[in-house]
Amino acid sequence: MSTVQTNPGELALRCTNLHRYLGQGEGRVHVLKGVSFEARRGQVYAIVGPSGCGKSTLLYLLGLLDQPDEGQIEINGAAMSNSDDFARTRARGGHIGFVFQFHFLMLEFTALENVMMPMRKLGRLTPAEMKARAHGLLDSVGLGAKTHRLGTQLSGGEQQRVAVARALANQPTILLADEPTGNLDVKNSALVFDLLTRLAKEQGQAVVLVTHNPEIAQRCDFTRPMRDGLFV
Amino acid sequence: MSPNLRIAYRFLTAKKRAMLMSLACTILGVGLFIVTQATTRGFEEFFTKTLLGINGALRIEDKMQDTMRSLQAAGSSDAYFAQREGVKLIEGIEEPQLIAGAVRGFPNVRAVSAVVRGNVQVTSSFKTEDAQIFGINLEDHIRVSDLAQQITNGTLADFRDSAGGALMGRVLADRLQLGVGDSFVLAARGQSRSVRVAAIFETGYREADKTNVYLHQPAARSLLKKPAGASFLQVMLHDPERAPLDAARMKQVLGHDVKPWQEREKTWLAVFRALRISTGITVTVFTLIASLAMFNTLAMIVLEKTKDIAILRSMGYERRDITQIFLWQAGIVLAIGAVVGAGFGVGVTWLVSLVPLPINGIFKTDTFIVAWSGMPLFIAQAIATALVMVMIASLVPARRAARLEPGDIVRGTAQ
Ligand SMILES: Nc1ncnc2c1ncn2[C@@H]1O[C@H](COP(=O)(O)OP(=O)(O)O)[C@@H](O)[C@H]1O
Ligand SMILES: [Mg+2]
Repeated sequence: MSTVQTNPGELALRCTNLHRYLGQGEGRVHVLKGVSFEARRGQVYAIVGPSGCGKSTLLYLLGLLDQPDEGQIEINGAAMSNSDDFARTRARGGHIGFVFQFHFLMLEFTALENVMMPMRKLGRLTPAEMKARAHGLLDSVGLGAKTHRLGTQLSGGEQQRVAVARALANQPTILLADEPTGNLDVKNSALVFDLLTRLAKEQGQAVVLVTHNPEIAQRCDFTRPMRDGLFV
Repeated sequence: MSPNLRIAYRFLTAKKRAMLMSLACTILGVGLFIVTQATTRGFEEFFTKTLLGINGALRIEDKMQDTMRSLQAAGSSDAYFAQREGVKLIEGIEEPQLIAGAVRGFPNVRAVSAVVRGNVQVTSSFKTEDAQIFGINLEDHIRVSDLAQQITNGTLADFRDSAGGALMGRVLADRLQLGVGDSFVLAARGQSRSVRVAAIFETGYREADKTNVYLHQPAARSLLKKPAGASFLQVMLHDPERAPLDAARMKQVLGHDVKPWQEREKTWLAVFRALRISTGITVTVFTLIASLAMFNTLAMIVLEKTKDIAILRSMGYERRDITQIFLWQAGIVLAIGAVVGAGFGVGVTWLVSLVPLPINGIFKTDTFIVAWSGMPLFIAQAIATALVMVMIASLVPARRAARLEPGDIVRGTAQ
């Protein structure tokens, strides 16, 4: 459990001049128009902006799930924008936790198995340690009693909380969350948000989240408003 | 359990109906492969055994003498031309004891029997038929043939004890309306001799049952006016498959023409080979269907699980892992299909072996013939064929899944 050195202030993520076009031919859209952004450890960043301004697109690029048409991305000092699929996959598994906007759980698996899934791939812990850690994470998102429920037997909000626990499984240095509290009630969104900020402070993670909730945005260390493919 | 295998298992069980479909096809493919192989091979082996039981593995016949020397003696000036004159055949075997002794020295040789053969006419009170007599030393001959097992009426002991006795083929006996104990007349080269039917044999091979009459060698010699020598030596080998090799070496060493059974029965063996190929094609089609079903199942699962693939990729699972997850699914179906299919194949083969099917003419049987001894090989072949074909078919959807870009999937634009 020593992957995250508490070294607040250190640069975890940097992107410069990101451009991304989406769609084909006539429908081709210039979605990101030269976005630059930095995230440091121990800090929580909120990206806010109207629907369709490119927040998710940016987050996918930062999460190395997609590749920019132009611009640079650095993860913990390593340039990733031109690296191959294998290197990007490794970085995703070891450094990045991602919470999707539409809480993708693997529905044939239990909550516990979903959380253990990234750990099994990384293989850093013993099976018993993985299980213990997964239980701990589910406890901290308030699902300690539902660890053995299948994805299909959980409500949308519960699935979202499992997804948050899963994103934290490998103790990533960078946590990217696309509207993680969008499907949650007030009580649970507070729970998830508190968990994310506490981790940032205690373990020195860089947390970047997209949110529509002004209250949450306010409580972040930094807020980056975005409009039409650019930070304003 | 490896994480990829675990994921594969869950993906598969989430699509039970499609999975069971490809499993059923795999079981059928493996099972039918085994059944068809066991029966075609069974008939072929039985036919071979029948033929070996009549004529042995090798037959040593006429001596081949180089004619070059005699031409040179005649004063030919062109030695090269003389060499091309080839060989002259001296009919039969002049010194059967000598040659038999030499043949016994070959390690693969089990037994040798010298035979005197001739064409005769057989006359009963009912009618006359053409036939061939074989003058044998019984004790030698039952070691190079299945004659002892082919007796259907009378006894071999009766033949052994009567110098004027004969063993007659079933078809010939029926045509002449002869039974055990009846007398008939053999005529050859102006000679004739009265002989008694000591026993009737049936090989199942019509040619033999229609023409063959076995006599004790002294009786045959006197009828055919052949006081010395033999027409051919019949040889049985420990490993009949090696007959062509042994034949070639004997030919070289003995200077006699030596025919292995494979050459003798070329025509029939070609028929069986064609049969084996045609059933092989049928069976391959079954396996092909199994692999198509697997392809279909996996392609369906890939389509349904694109989101899961994106999730796995986002967590650090590599393209290689995704390929593996889908190949494992094929592997699980194959493993179950192989085990159940083998059991199914063996069971059906057993049932088939009980099916009544009277055949007579090229061999004699009352039921389907099954090659149990080859079973482990057939099972291995069936599984190997299914493995190769299903794995190849699975590679396509597996690689397609691995190529999916997580970004495209989460945006919903994955094709
Ligand atoms: N495949 C696509 N082809 C064309 N345009 C797309 C495609 N996917 C997304 N877009 C456009 O990109 C813009 C940004 O989308 P997104 O990043 O999801 O916005 P946000 O998350 O801020 O709501 C939107 O205007 C959307 O219509
Ligand atoms: Mg979005």
